[in-house]
Amino acid sequence: MSATLATSRRRTTPVPIGALAAVGVAFLAIPLVGLLLTTPWSRLPELLTSPVAAEALRLSLITSLSATALAVVIGVPLAWVLARAHLPGRTFIRALVTLPLVLPPVVGGVALLLAFGRRGLIGQYLYDWFGVQLPFSTAGVILAEAFVAMPFLVITVEGALRGADPRFEEAAATLGAKRWTILRRITLPLIGPALLAGTILAWARALGEFGATITFAGNLPGVTQTLPLAVYSALDTDREAAIALSLVLLAASLAVLLLLRDRYLRGGSS
Amino acid sequence: MTNWRAPSATALIVALVAGSAACSPASSSGTPSTTITVGAASSLTDVFATIGEEFMADNRDIAVTFSFAGSSAIAEQIRSGAPLDVFASAGASSMDPVAAEGLVTDVTTFATNTLMIATPRGNPAAITGLADLPRATVLVCQEQVPCGVATAALFQQNGLDISPVSFEPDVVSVLGKIEADEADAGIVYVTDVLSSGARVEGVAIPVADNVTTTYQAGVVRDSAHADAAALFVSYLTGQQAQAAFAAAGFAAAP
Amino acid sequence: MSLDAHVQLGRGDFSLDLSLDAADGNTIGLLGPNGSGKSTTLRCLAGLETPQAGRIDIAGVTVVDTDRGIDLPPEQRSVGFVFQDYLLFPHMTVLDNVAFGLRARGESRQAAERRAREWLDRLEIGDLASRKPGRLSGGQAQRVALARALVTDPDLLLLDEPLAALDAGTRASVRSLLRRHLADFRGAVVMVTHDPMDAMVLADRVVVLEDGRAVQTGTPGDVARRPATAYVAQLVGVNMLRGRAREGVVTLDDGGEIRIADRAINEAVIVALRPEAISVHLQHPEGSARNVWHSRVSGLEARGDLVRLEVEGPPALTAVITPAAVADLALHEGADIWLTAKATDLDVYPA
Repeated sequence: MSATLATSRRRTTPVPIGALAAVGVAFLAIPLVGLLLTTPWSRLPELLTSPVAAEALRLSLITSLSATALAVVIGVPLAWVLARAHLPGRTFIRALVTLPLVLPPVVGGVALLLAFGRRGLIGQYLYDWFGVQLPFSTAGVILAEAFVAMPFLVITVEGALRGADPRFEEAAATLGAKRWTILRRITLPLIGPALLAGTILAWARALGEFGATITFAGNLPGVTQTLPLAVYSALDTDREAAIALSLVLLAASLAVLLLLRDRYLRGGSS
Repeated sequence: MTNWRAPSATALIVALVAGSAACSPASSSGTPSTTITVGAASSLTDVFATIGEEFMADNRDIAVTFSFAGSSAIAEQIRSGAPLDVFASAGASSMDPVAAEGLVTDVTTFATNTLMIATPRGNPAAITGLADLPRATVLVCQEQVPCGVATAALFQQNGLDISPVSFEPDVVSVLGKIEADEADAGIVYVTDVLSSGARVEGVAIPVADNVTTTYQAGVVRDSAHADAAALFVSYLTGQQAQAAFAAAGFAAAP
Repeated sequence: MSLDAHVQLGRGDFSLDLSLDAADGNTIGLLGPNGSGKSTTLRCLAGLETPQAGRIDIAGVTVVDTDRGIDLPPEQRSVGFVFQDYLLFPHMTVLDNVAFGLRARGESRQAAERRAREWLDRLEIGDLASRKPGRLSGGQAQRVALARALVTDPDLLLLDEPLAALDAGTRASVRSLLRRHLADFRGAVVMVTHDPMDAMVLADRVVVLEDGRAVQTGTPGDVARRPATAYVAQLVGVNMLRGRAREGVVTLDDGGEIRIADRAINEAVIVALRPEAISVHLQHPEGSARNVWHSRVSGLEARGDLVRLEVEGPPALTAVITPAAVADLALHEGADIWLTAKATDLDVYPA
């Protein structure tokens, strides 16, 4: 047989759909292209190593990684409870977890202030008894970033746990494994890719967080001025610095997209 | 069955949009022939609302709309060709560059403002003056906005070594956090403390120690309504406008 | 008794009420249609489900006693379970899969891996140790699942449709392998299947389940010869004859001979002959059929719009003919008839 007997009919894209899709691509691409074109490439090294930029970079890295770690430690058990436990209020808890996703970040920041500010619901006790003030501190930044980032992790992991075949856990039980062993060696490894994807998504969100951070934690270089805040501060006065810092965030986002391959996002064991 | 609902809905929306565009908020005796847009510093928000109404009452064929933002942001917008007719800036630092480039003409000083210490209700940290600031948690505007420029000058002038806990993007943010008692003190304008009413308390700064911010207005060169714009700018130095400024806590132009 | 179980369970419209017992070294075949409760029974034995009433003793240990509130979870029972689709852990190698049970019970990695390798070798898949389950064929996966279940030396082995996922070719060889290892296994075995061939080859006793009740128990031969219900009869409708093959002739255990197509086979076999493939004649037939039997009708039974004809042995056979043929041939009990079957219509399996 030298040739295929038949080829399937190739469906070409209808013109209206193709045209609208092209508009969509342009809509998304043109601002990014604009950013790349206005970047002062020759001054980039000096702009990125200036004290303000270096501080912002260092702070962003520390806070986003810490926030991600916090999101994982709290989010994975939360996802497990949502996926597996037979709680009566599950729907409500799930809605609560999804809230930061739809809440405007500034509103989130205000809410955090009302809860953890110096006169906040919990914050007042932290301040009066321990002298701890979360606003204006790096810990406050981490809290704000974790608040917006955790839903990404919880939703990804919960989806994966739901899609995972619980019969593997049954098989492990018949082999003599106790619950903790099953969790450690079967459940979590099976959703490994989804867990990784959720973590990366959460990190990306934490890195880019602006509204909640500036409203709750404030804006102080070296303490609370993360990359996005530094961009905002530099915007009107030192355009080139703002663009340079924006480029860093853009590069990080691209890295995240490349790391997260489509199949990971669909969750479950691949 | 084709979807006949879609075209009629679209027609309705078009009619509504056209109708609302035709209606103008200003005069009752016919529509104004000119509309000017004033880009003004945030600290002018309340007082310009009053002055704007009074101006439109006196000039029924001109409608004024305001766009409030940080002065440096407005300057950037003008550079980028935004369709503004008037620029009202807090501080010469934002006005000078665009005026030097010829983008804004007929620059006139119309008011001044000085700084004040704002504290939460009850003044929990017992701030009585600048000398108490180093031991307190202090909020200031970031140096990229006029308020921040003035604050930096204030500290330097008085030899104060203060580490603010946050550089807020604008006065509104500073006031918001002071109101919520998140910090002991914030450096804002006198006018801001006045407009906040009972929500914050003010601690005055002696005139000798204080820094003055000069408010200037000018006509944007590329304005399509230069005459109407110039009219507004000159109105600002008129008696009625100056009374409004005084009532709001501004000091007169020097 | 290695296994002594009474299980009662109800779920919606379905209810299960079953008693099972098995001695060490014995294999019980649990036969039944879908929904009869076979898998539920296995899950109760394993501890994956709890009966509403009943008691289960495994090797003298009471694992379930609803009266006294005893219900040991699966990890505390000495049970090995081979699942229908094997459920090999996809993220672990074959070796890790097999060693899992031992390591879960606290054995060191080296000791567990050593024992695992022994079992892999015993099942002739030692060279697959570092492969992942996704890269195994059906027969290989089946053996890994078996090794994984047996390595922990359980008192009870449960098999859920062990050969159902295999294609016809692999099924026969795996069936033989399974028979060998089940014979070696010292505990009791409960095997669920819907294929009577599996029961014939692997089970010492068969329990037929229908709608959650046992409708017949006995040796596979008994059940096949005297089906108690329509389902069983239909299930075992195929004539299954055990014997020893040699040069194309199978000498049947119960007497008689049958000729098969493959002359190369030289071992104990089971010959499957569908009733529909048997031709009935009043006189010695001409023709190419290799198998000709002269016998007498021992029973006639209407079955739908066909008639089942029981014929005296040896070999005792069941044929199926139309009512018209019955009339034409004037068949009746005791009638003298000739039967033929072509060697090509026979299926021969290693026993």
